[in-house]
Amino acid sequence: MEFGPHLMLAVLEGLVQASVLTLTALGLSLVFGVMRVVNVAHGEFFMLGAVLAWWITSLLGGGAGLAFAAALVGAPLMVGAIAALADWLVLRRVAYDPERTIVATIGLLYIFQQITLMTFGPDARPVPPPFNTRLALPWFEWGEGGIALYWPWGLSITSYKLFVIAAAPVVLVALWLVMTRTRLGLVLRATRIDSETARAFAIPVEQVYALVFGIGAALAALGAVLVVPIRQAHYLMGADPLLLSFIVVIIGGLGSLRGTVLAAVLIGMSDGIISVFFTPTLAKIFATLVVAMVLVARPGGLFGERRT
Amino acid sequence: MTQRILALHLGLIGLLFVLQFVLPPYHHDNIARIMVMAAYAMGYNLMFGYTGLLSLGHAMFFAAGMYGMGLSMQHAGFAAEAALAVGITAGFGLALGVGLLALRTTGVAFMIVTLMFAQALFLAILYFGPFTRGDEGFVIPLSARIFAGLRLSDPTIRYFAALALFALVLLAMLWLIRHPVGRVLIAIRENEERTRMLGYDTWRHKLFAVTASGTISGTAGAVYGLLFGYVGASFAEVPYSIFPLLWVLLGGAGTLVGPFIGTLFMFYLIDLASGVTDAYMLVVGVALLLLTLFAPRGIMGMLRERWLPWLP
Amino acid sequence: MAPRKILSASAGTTRRSMLKGIAAIGASTAATGFPGFTRFARAAGSDAPIRIGFQVHRTGIGATYGRWYERVTNAAARVINEMGGINGRPVEIVAEDDGTDPKRGAEVVGKLANQHRCDVAYGTLFSHVVIGSAPRAGELKIPYFVVSEGHHVASGMLNRYTLQPGITDVKSQVMAMAPFVAANLGRKVTMIFPDFAFGHNHRDFFSEAIAAQGGEVLARIAIPPTETSFTRYFAKIPRDTEVIYHVMVGPSVLTFVKEMGEFFGPSAPAIFGFIDSLEGVDLASPGLEFLEGSHFWEGMPRYEQPGDPDYVKFYREQVGLDANGASVDDPDDISANAHMFACWETLFTIKNGMERAGYRGPEDRAALIEAVEDIDIMPAGREHPQGPKVFNGLTHQAFGVQYISQVRNSRLEVQHVTAIKDGFYPDEVDYTKQPL
Repeated sequence: MEFGPHLMLAVLEGLVQASVLTLTALGLSLVFGVMRVVNVAHGEFFMLGAVLAWWITSLLGGGAGLAFAAALVGAPLMVGAIAALADWLVLRRVAYDPERTIVATIGLLYIFQQITLMTFGPDARPVPPPFNTRLALPWFEWGEGGIALYWPWGLSITSYKLFVIAAAPVVLVALWLVMTRTRLGLVLRATRIDSETARAFAIPVEQVYALVFGIGAALAALGAVLVVPIRQAHYLMGADPLLLSFIVVIIGGLGSLRGTVLAAVLIGMSDGIISVFFTPTLAKIFATLVVAMVLVARPGGLFGERRT
Repeated sequence: MTQRILALHLGLIGLLFVLQFVLPPYHHDNIARIMVMAAYAMGYNLMFGYTGLLSLGHAMFFAAGMYGMGLSMQHAGFAAEAALAVGITAGFGLALGVGLLALRTTGVAFMIVTLMFAQALFLAILYFGPFTRGDEGFVIPLSARIFAGLRLSDPTIRYFAALALFALVLLAMLWLIRHPVGRVLIAIRENEERTRMLGYDTWRHKLFAVTASGTISGTAGAVYGLLFGYVGASFAEVPYSIFPLLWVLLGGAGTLVGPFIGTLFMFYLIDLASGVTDAYMLVVGVALLLLTLFAPRGIMGMLRERWLPWLP
Repeated sequence: MAPRKILSASAGTTRRSMLKGIAAIGASTAATGFPGFTRFARAAGSDAPIRIGFQVHRTGIGATYGRWYERVTNAAARVINEMGGINGRPVEIVAEDDGTDPKRGAEVVGKLANQHRCDVAYGTLFSHVVIGSAPRAGELKIPYFVVSEGHHVASGMLNRYTLQPGITDVKSQVMAMAPFVAANLGRKVTMIFPDFAFGHNHRDFFSEAIAAQGGEVLARIAIPPTETSFTRYFAKIPRDTEVIYHVMVGPSVLTFVKEMGEFFGPSAPAIFGFIDSLEGVDLASPGLEFLEGSHFWEGMPRYEQPGDPDYVKFYREQVGLDANGASVDDPDDISANAHMFACWETLFTIKNGMERAGYRGPEDRAALIEAVEDIDIMPAGREHPQGPKVFNGLTHQAFGVQYISQVRNSRLEVQHVTAIKDGFYPDEVDYTKQPL
């Protein structure tokens, strides 16, 4: 494939990746920003979202569109509820101590994985996309008569992938409206800035924490539901999103939602584009080292406030 | 005070020595493995438990030692003694390099930087497959596992070799944390700012902690490969970075015997649970939750809090 | 040590006697049931069960396979017991999970040998677990029968106590594919494979084999492990590719195939794949329509074929497979039949070896190894339902026929069965020279 179409393909694939990553990382960032804890089980909430999406769609059967819509609403709600419960039963009791939370969430990770293995099984299971038309894309070349369009071999995308790319901005805007325009958003922001003062103003901080933990998990699950018609649900699928979300949150600057979004787009895109220039595994090594070096150079993240 | 501490640690070493003669073969082999892994965990504890630096990429040091040893044997035909030296040097060199870079960051960024370096090493092992045999790894042949004339594949010799490593690291750690340098490390863990105000060069102390920790971990990796005859990329993967964290937290971060207790506990938890049920991960998960809920300072930490305040 | 066997004089005679062996198989494939070449030697006074330690991937990345390996193992053990056991003693399977981890694998071999007091260890699939565990088996001198298809055994990396008698190794499988690919699909090949040892084996062995057929590999696209999206890699496929050779493993394989279909749309080259990509996956899954008409290697046909011999029907019935190669209890539960048959065959080879050796207990482990090394021909039948095999006692590796199937109406239909000799290569090791 020529360079131009290849790059465009990589950009499109990168956008799909960036879209899902944005939602997942935003969940992690929200939890970190408000609660100041690292949730190692975040990837498992992603996995649960995908598995529940499979469960809901296969239970409903019938039209792929309707079943998928149900999964899009149902799976994040269920995962959010599970997460809020876990927060109430476990994290609240360890008083959100950073180290203990890490161990506790590793424990949750094992539990979720094993339960999924025992009920859902070890296989990767597909969810039918609600719509999936292959759209061939044109490319241009400088011919004798100026710009001419042609259809390069292999340059295409599916309608569903376009939907995923579009979904992230929609969710982002909705989240932004909630954060800035509603009472709930006010409470969240207050708790985030100073939980002690918030408590003094009669904000039920513990309930807020459970809610935030639930919303964070639900965002991961939402990302998973979106991606599961492209990939499949599998009980070990949580590791990669966890790792990537982590990177995104740190690069974006801890707790900075805007930074998280920028970093997600940057990392999702660069993962695709670097692979145009290098052999794939070398590209991964390179990208990994770049992330490390960015942090070494700017420990506060690319977009985070500078703290020394 | 000092006598009590010395008695405890020498007693543990003595107990492990005696166990060699009484353990049935399966557990004999397990304890040998656990002692090497506990050395790895103690290396981790130096950084995490005593200096307060949480690394999520320690598997890279373990793997550097293991591959430094294995590859020099495989491709350069080194004998076990020289190969071990290469492994230790590899762990040391990598730790020094990573320390110089990663210590520019703190907290969660430090976790991610170490995680990324470890991931890069893991991918490099896969990428250079023709040289490293990729994910499958390779076997150290029996004929090469002879150290100073001793056959390391022999169960008794292997047990004592593992015990020697374990005792060496344990006693070195005991010495270190009572040495002024160790005191400074603990001070950094408690309050880095204040330690700096007191005139200590905290950056150099932290670099020392990372380098020493990485060297110990690399040594454990090299010894593990030599004793058990296999070098593989799975030892460089994320779980092997998480394990020492778990072992240390379970046993008690910042306690000397904690890492050993944690490694032992975790090993037998999985081993016994897998005999009872397929869902041993569930048992492990629940056990972790219970421990964080009811013994947040780990097993030895709890003992220290309740009964043994003198425990180092 | 003096050569004990006719076969061990040199690689040349090995090849010749193997070819002779194939002629013999040709004559005897008609025979079903249980050929009477086993020398029965009853155990002296002992009715205690023979304990076969089963190292199984119940958790971890190998769990899809592990579940089916376990079902086949239990079915074969049941059948062996119904036939009267081994040397008159019942067989007992002692399963232990290794989490698909090499470190735990080595510990499990020790547990099976020392804790569970098993007679042999058996059943490992993933190559890195085999390579991590085999040294322990060698130290403990416990016969270790792996069911992995890796080239590790025949490459000489392992030891005298490790054998792979139930399944052809990947080197041989890949070599046997090249003539068919070159003759029927095309000579300009692009290979897509995972960037780790399993993929590298395919890359190296197939590149060599297709060159010998006058073909060439235009591009070798290595996909990093843990990759979950693939479209951008397909852009690297050269335009003049005639055949795409793909082999992927892991949970993302379905995505891989789907995205390949979306990438090419209607203008795809010929496609040849290893079913490893889709073991345990229903070919009628959404997104796989694209594979219609493409070809696959299969170790053993997943779908019922017209004219299946009785022994294949017997095997499928005992294991509990329906016509689509799914579980009779759950049509969505697709088997790993291209590999799992080897569990069945390995257990019968253990039986056969124990009977030849007059095996009584752990003190006869060395004799068991020698007895299995002595086996050279395994005729097709109930004990070897996948097809006839030749066992090379020097390299501890079995060589069998391979199946090439085409996807038609979302089913795999066998188009070609390779000859055993298509997969022969010169010996790379003589394990019988190692002390027992």
